[in-house]
Amino acid sequence: MVTKIRILPLALLSSLVIGNFAQAAPNIQDWRTENGARVFFVEANELPMVDVQVWFDAGGARDQNKPGLALLTNAVMPEGAADMTADILAEKFEAIGAQTSNSSQRDVAEFTLRSLSDSKYMNSAASLMAAVISRPSFPEDAFNREKNRLLIALKSRKQSPDEIADEEFYHMIFGNHPYGAMPEGTEDSVKSIVRADLLDFYKRYYVGNNAVIAIVGAISKSTAKKLADTLVGKLPAGTAAPGIPDVTTAASIGSQFIEHPSTQSHILIGQPGLKRGDPDYFALYLGNHILGGNGLVSRISNEVREKRGLSYSAYSYFMPMKQIGPYVLGLQTANNSRDEALKVLQQTLHDFIDKGPTPEELDAAKKNLTGGFPLRVSSNSKIVEYVAMIGFYGLPLDYLDKFNENVQNVTLEQVKDAFTRRVKPDQMAIVVVGAKS
Amino acid sequence: MQKLCSLSILMLPLWLLSTPVSANVTEYKLDNGLKILVKEDHRAPVVVSQIWYKVGSSYEHNGATGLSHVMEHMMFKGTKNHGPNEFSRIISENGGKENAFTGQDYTAYFQQLEKSRLPIALELEADRMRNLLLNPDEFSKEVKVVMEERRMRTEDKPTSLTFERFAAAAYVNSPYHHPVIGWMEDLEAMTVQDLQNWYNAFYGPNNATLVIVGDVEPKDVLKLAQKYFGPLPNVSVPEVKPQREIEHKGVRRVMVKAPAELPHIIMGYKVPVVKTAQDAWEPYALDVLASILDGGNSARFARNLVRGQEIASGIGASYDPYARLGELFIVNGTPSQGHSVSLLEQAIYAQLEDLKKTEVSPAELERVKAQVVASKVYERDSVFYQAMQLGELETVGLDWKLMDDYVDKIKAITAQQILQVARKYLVEDQLTIAELDPQPLNGASNMKTSIGGRHGN
Repeated sequence: MVTKIRILPLALLSSLVIGNFAQAAPNIQDWRTENGARVFFVEANELPMVDVQVWFDAGGARDQNKPGLALLTNAVMPEGAADMTADILAEKFEAIGAQTSNSSQRDVAEFTLRSLSDSKYMNSAASLMAAVISRPSFPEDAFNREKNRLLIALKSRKQSPDEIADEEFYHMIFGNHPYGAMPEGTEDSVKSIVRADLLDFYKRYYVGNNAVIAIVGAISKSTAKKLADTLVGKLPAGTAAPGIPDVTTAASIGSQFIEHPSTQSHILIGQPGLKRGDPDYFALYLGNHILGGNGLVSRISNEVREKRGLSYSAYSYFMPMKQIGPYVLGLQTANNSRDEALKVLQQTLHDFIDKGPTPEELDAAKKNLTGGFPLRVSSNSKIVEYVAMIGFYGLPLDYLDKFNENVQNVTLEQVKDAFTRRVKPDQMAIVVVGAKS
Repeated sequence: MQKLCSLSILMLPLWLLSTPVSANVTEYKLDNGLKILVKEDHRAPVVVSQIWYKVGSSYEHNGATGLSHVMEHMMFKGTKNHGPNEFSRIISENGGKENAFTGQDYTAYFQQLEKSRLPIALELEADRMRNLLLNPDEFSKEVKVVMEERRMRTEDKPTSLTFERFAAAAYVNSPYHHPVIGWMEDLEAMTVQDLQNWYNAFYGPNNATLVIVGDVEPKDVLKLAQKYFGPLPNVSVPEVKPQREIEHKGVRRVMVKAPAELPHIIMGYKVPVVKTAQDAWEPYALDVLASILDGGNSARFARNLVRGQEIASGIGASYDPYARLGELFIVNGTPSQGHSVSLLEQAIYAQLEDLKKTEVSPAELERVKAQVVASKVYERDSVFYQAMQLGELETVGLDWKLMDDYVDKIKAITAQQILQVARKYLVEDQLTIAELDPQPLNGASNMKTSIGGRHGN
């Protein structure tokens, strides 16, 4: 929550959506439900609880000409299901101490559930979640309310320079590709959405063959099977969503300046990066870890923050998606230092591509990634995220077991080669949002 | 269920609702005064190490605000034994994660590691407890970083800016008056000597608590702590004056004009906390009261104001029973489309009046308690979170063993007690209100200028 700033961390922890692993990875069991949903299960008996994530290939990339539709569909589903109102659903979940959430990004629309594993709680929680997923009623009043709240959320974005920059950045990089629009949509597109659009969207994409379920907790495999059947068993099998079009080069390159009455300028530069399962994945990931993905230890932070005091948070990351997601380098700095900061950021990138990392840097990055393996699987909440990601993107089930090995095997040459081939500083989009100087 | 992600910021953090049992906690104290709390959790081969100092923004005085937080940044800038940023590099090479945070009542540093690497973290942490080098060049760069941080977190965020003015109005003489990050004026006037004095005064073993949670044996941790921290001398910590907030004496209103799209309202009532309460049960009743209003999607704010009357697009209630000094019970929200802030304000009063007139229903109260009990299980999934709770309680001067009693204390709260604290504390004479009055963004965000390049589509 940001309503009350009590705590100030030294640095924003970069939240990369990328997993790393090796020894003692969790044992993933998988199967399909009768209606085609893929289930991925890890038994974890230490704590009497269960974590569930249900992912549908029903994110904003499926919006077509109505950006915001996927998100709104996902948002209205818990607002009424079977014969239960939003009030009753919430009361029933909370009376048994269950915690739920739902969200929708570009690739994925998801529901999560955390419950005590004792069957008297878990079975009730699962039935309630099943109602939300397979029998949503999309009440007219809830639809109107959530639509209005989405319009408020869009207004909120307009008072936030980083979100303005983000929107422009995706638009420049992806243009008319489905990734180019914001999952929240635009004021015009959201206003054009009617309840029938949600019903159609739901019918098409919320089907067994389009679902992935991740389960981690203190239950047996046979109980997990029943749980998965309860959650999605009533959905029609349907068909998986079609492939998302390829992404090639950035739709637009060059600079966009957007004026905003802020004391800082927010700067984003980048291009299309890589996708899940990409052959260059480990080389690019490791290289970026050195360049801008490892917090204060990375080159970008060192040049921009440590050496020059220009920014609180300067970073770079790949966001691998179903198709090629963005490669983003960013920072925020006082308006009068934005030219200098942008130059430093670009120069740091150029140097890295020209000369590559040093052997010492590569070694240190490998040690960080492999030595940190136990931290990445130390809790059910972390494991369930990884398992859902592996399942949804069709990564090999031994992805975690092989992670350290894959990191270790990357050579200096491979990093240099991958960056030279894939990262093109001269063909990047640049977005600057701030006050006129 | 949580709705649109961007609106979820107003939800009450669940940690206000519960704390775990402190089974497996071992407590030690070194001769130099360092307190050590070790909690065994053998679920995974990892460990979290946190060191908490009894110093934060509420220890700062007018004209010198932000010192604790800048100090925290400078703690990464090198010692007699290690160069600037080397701390971070060493932890990184050992597969670790590290960071630090500053609050009103504490400054804390942490590392998360595979368990065999714990000695590395302790050696580095002990080193910077007494051997920090405050280099003027490093300081002049780092204070700029903090100014950028302030711009990012506060200056350019209208709701944060409003909150800052709200707190400054709600607290007159309490040091909770000023922001953790400090006023920009004070950051600009800060010197490296100010920091040196701050470090000398507060950074010593007798003003710190080491909290270790993970796959460790307490006696091994004690040995390591003795080895690295044992030789450090204690420090003479300045006397901390009580600075109890003066009586409120009537509602205070603040208007904040800032470029924004959305109005926002923050309301705060002066209330006691565990440390200051005359009646020990009152903070727990206030805690339950916050959950009745905002402890999930079935709570009253979501049910009546977001749904129901549809007058709020987002609204929350929050209260921290573990603050060191007197606290505020805070309600804040954004009106929905077509509703004014004053209508939302009236609707909030009506919700509060209900709580003063009619006891909450048994089912409502049971839901709150059920969530507390379940959360006690869930939070064991995070060793970091468990360490946070131990460190915070100890550092604000409460007994960490309070964690043991938390669930029982919450369970003991009755509907009548909730009614009583509502009547006693949620009254106009104790109230401060801040309103964000949005000023035009001048259509600025629509003005795009293309500076060359190729444009497809």
